[in-house]
Amino acid sequence: MPPDAKHSAPHILSPGLLTAVWGALVCLTGLTIALARLDLGFWNAVAALSIASVKALLVILFFMHLKYENRLLKWLLGLACLVLAIFIGMTFFDLAYRGLGTP
Amino acid sequence: MTEAASPQDSPARGFLTPEPGRGGLASWIFSTDHKRIGLLYLTCIMTLFAVGVCLGLLMRLKLMTPGNTIIAPQTYNAAFTLHGVIMIFLVVIPSIPASFGNILLPLQLGASDVSFPRLNLFSWWLYVTGALVALVSIFTGSGAPDTGWTFYVPFSERTTTNVSVAVLAVLILGFSSILTGLNFITTIHQQRAPGMSWRRLPLLVWSLYATAWIQVLATPILGITTLLIFSERVLHLGLFDPSRGGDPLLYQHLFWIYSHPAVYIMILPAMGVISEIIPVFAHKKIFGYKMIAFSSLAIAFFGSLVWAHHMFTSGMSDVAVLVFSFLTFIVAVPSAIKVFNWLSTLYKGSISLEPPLLYSLGFILMFSIGGLSGLVQGAAGADIHVHDTYFVVAHFHYVIFGGTGLGMFAAMHFWFPKIFGRMYHRGRAAWAFGIIMVGMNTLYFPMFVMGLEGMPRRYYDYLPQFAHAQFISTVGSWVLALGLLLMFHNLYAGLRRGAPAGPNPWGAATLEWSVASPPPKENFPEPPVVSKGPYDFAPREHHV
Ligand SMILES: [Cu+2]
Repeated sequence: MPPDAKHSAPHILSPGLLTAVWGALVCLTGLTIALARLDLGFWNAVAALSIASVKALLVILFFMHLKYENRLLKWLLGLACLVLAIFIGMTFFDLAYRGLGTP
Repeated sequence: MTEAASPQDSPARGFLTPEPGRGGLASWIFSTDHKRIGLLYLTCIMTLFAVGVCLGLLMRLKLMTPGNTIIAPQTYNAAFTLHGVIMIFLVVIPSIPASFGNILLPLQLGASDVSFPRLNLFSWWLYVTGALVALVSIFTGSGAPDTGWTFYVPFSERTTTNVSVAVLAVLILGFSSILTGLNFITTIHQQRAPGMSWRRLPLLVWSLYATAWIQVLATPILGITTLLIFSERVLHLGLFDPSRGGDPLLYQHLFWIYSHPAVYIMILPAMGVISEIIPVFAHKKIFGYKMIAFSSLAIAFFGSLVWAHHMFTSGMSDVAVLVFSFLTFIVAVPSAIKVFNWLSTLYKGSISLEPPLLYSLGFILMFSIGGLSGLVQGAAGADIHVHDTYFVVAHFHYVIFGGTGLGMFAAMHFWFPKIFGRMYHRGRAAWAFGIIMVGMNTLYFPMFVMGLEGMPRRYYDYLPQFAHAQFISTVGSWVLALGLLLMFHNLYAGLRRGAPAGPNPWGAATLEWSVASPPPKENFPEPPVVSKGPYDFAPREHHV
């Protein structure tokens, strides 16, 4: 298995696509600011984090070319995201139950 | 074999041959050869290990008798903090992966180097920088850090000692660890020789692979945590301060999200070493190859889900206590798989009790005691009793020193003839092993007893009822130091005057033993093609 066997040629994205992604990022930033002005209670944090995740995904897929990489790389990044989600989820899990059940 | 070799029969020096045109030191500290970088790490790690041992001996000397003796309380606090920071971040975490991992990974894969040799050198420089910054934190500002290696808030935010610089050192060391992990993952995916399928990977490589994933995924959390401590101290953001909406338990979560998986960064490579050594000296194919490889990955994954077992008494929610306690018990399963498979490999093997095997057997004993005592603390109820006592100190010294430490020594005795092309005195190595085992158990076992009787860790003074056990423990520390001195002296003497060892003195079957000792600069004169597994041994011939 020679190391570079499956390496694809570098991708050059069209200026149109790059601008569209940039536009989407700006819009999402605007949405974050708009939502922050509403009082949704607990859902404020959920909304802000979800929008941030979508933005990160756009950057990784297009600006960092993950969309055009092989499947192994996508799996590995997915694994990393899963572990991060577990770390955050289980930390908040403690917070959600704190103060319950103690006399 | 005890005869000193004359210069004429000294072996060819392979990658150790001085490079023409480059000064002695520069040919090492700017070398991108993975073997030289591994030896650089080994030298630094062993030097800092000696420093950590001296700090430990100093603490034990203070604790030999109750009351205010040789050192003041503040000095004692600094001593246990430095002992912890040096031993954890500068010695044990890089120990096997950075030194033997670097030297052996490309050799075992049949590659000429790691994927990113310059990044590898950069990692070493980051490590040295981190070590220097840690050194600076001791001697500048208003006193050496006194928080313990865990840097718990709120004390770490308020203490006037030099914590800010110390956490920066940890941050830099973290980057070194991440880059090494990244390099290893890429190397294992990309640099395998033709025929080196995943099922033919030596088990050390599997364990390094699992370790590298933890390094890449968990260490960034440590980086963030140390940065938060730094910004709390400098900018007073109130992240961990309840009076300003912060949460002190958040710190403990963040710290242990890294620091529990970190114990697997420490122990997994040692388990890999043991999995290499046992089949060679039982002269038998390893029992349960797939399960050992798989259990490394399982430990890495489940080990990432148990961190809050360090927080059972912290005021965390009871539901979380139950969940984390349960998950902790699950991690014991893959660890036990390994122990049983090692023992099954030895069963009916043709065993030669050489020093590497002795150290490996020591590993199994000490790791089993340490691992099982961990379950006492993993049980949420029992942990209330032993939390923050000497029981915990005994537990992790059994696991980390008795496990990773002995694993490292086993690796040193196993690959010594490969790396230096010479053999040490085997009888003396066995003696050193015996003394180390006696010393270790005399030093740490009384701590189990004291812990169960309620002796808290990190205390400067103690009640008269603990006087006997504390005294015995201190005597043990001297025996251990004696054993270590003998071991290092023996290895050093072997390095200077040992008899030439030949390419494969143990009759092992992994690729590194197929080249000369020390290995040539580019590892393999001919690119190797792999046609058999790592533990398919040739029929027994007569070895020296
Ligand atoms: Cu833990």
